[in-house]
Amino acid sequence: MVNQSDLFKYLLHLGDNALIHSYRLSEWCSRAPFLEEDLALTNLALDQIGRAQSFLKYAGDIEGKNRTEDDLAYKRGERQFYNHLINELPIGDFAYTIAKQLILSTYDVLLFSALSNSTNETIANISAKSLKEVRYHFVHARDWCYRLGLGTELSHQKLQNGFNEIWMFTGELFETDDSYKDLVANGVTIDPSSLKVKWLENISEVMKKSNIIVPNVDYMQSGGMKGIHTEHLGHLLSEMQYLQRAYPNAKW
Amino acid sequence: MVNADLQIDKQYILQLLTAVCDPEIPVVTIEEMGILRDVNVNNEFCEVIITPTYSGCPAMGIIEADILEVLKKNKIKNPTVKLVYSPAWTTDFITEATKEKLRKFGIAAPLHSSCMNWSRPSDINVECPNCNSKNTKLISQFGSTACKALYSCNDCKEPFDYFKCH
Repeated sequence: MVNQSDLFKYLLHLGDNALIHSYRLSEWCSRAPFLEEDLALTNLALDQIGRAQSFLKYAGDIEGKNRTEDDLAYKRGERQFYNHLINELPIGDFAYTIAKQLILSTYDVLLFSALSNSTNETIANISAKSLKEVRYHFVHARDWCYRLGLGTELSHQKLQNGFNEIWMFTGELFETDDSYKDLVANGVTIDPSSLKVKWLENISEVMKKSNIIVPNVDYMQSGGMKGIHTEHLGHLLSEMQYLQRAYPNAKW
Repeated sequence: MVNADLQIDKQYILQLLTAVCDPEIPVVTIEEMGILRDVNVNNEFCEVIITPTYSGCPAMGIIEADILEVLKKNKIKNPTVKLVYSPAWTTDFITEATKEKLRKFGIAAPLHSSCMNWSRPSDINVECPNCNSKNTKLISQFGSTACKALYSCNDCKEPFDYFKCH
């Protein structure tokens, strides 16, 4: 049997990535360039919230302290969140969000393909479900990259700026810590560094076709798996968790 | 009173559940949509097993409440609803007869998942549910709900929803 506290942390990691990403996407509601895109971004958010719910619910079961997915989402502090930092960054402009979507959806397609074969049946099932969804997310981001990258001078520049600004947060996607060892050895997950070559190949192909240069960044920022975040997560949580903090256990 | 007094079996429960429709597509039942996967019933309890179309589908909560309401109204003892993710829901669970109902409701029915190359959605030929023309165009991969894309017909000019292959 795998180390349950490692498994718990890993499930929080998967759930938190989806939850925080979903929250940022939902900020586009009523602010996207046009109505159809407003619906698209919030639909993406909906898929992510569903995934967050599944992973956090299972995390609660593994922990065995009767914490529900809502308890885990609304009653943990910043240092107990294990999402990749890229998910918590402010939404920026539309091109910046598309750059972020391409980075994450390219990664998610590879990750959930691999996790569909997890020895942990629940993770495999949730991942097989998520895989069908993130493929649509990838297509959405890819097609927007073409449109913006090959669009006007301004749209091209904004997309390139988006990738330039966000690229330093991509290194973390392929990092592990000690809590991975047991899980990888037991086939619960894979070492994410094994996804890096394919990820770079897939994303470079889209960026090249969009006339976007793959940024060359020396310093990669990480910290999410240690619970050390950018200044942005605290602000996000103070808003997301406001109701449960101000009125504990409020229901509607 | 236990469930046995009413001669309750799986068939009976399935019959009761034909009253539960997809809240977003009220012309089809949850069984026809492939959401209803199984029923376990004995003298003491009744467990209904459902699977979500999309993991974040907001209709699941309503579907669960609708199932419980129907079962309670019919005095079924200890009804519960269990959500499973495997086998993952696919549009291939939707039967041909149901796809025809979708068309009549104005939603273009999903093609078989095997005919779709997911990375090139614009390549597939979606038929307009209003005039049957195949001269249609994709407006957005994401429509009024997570499971639908938005199309418009180049011939009759009507916009319509397409149930995405999944």
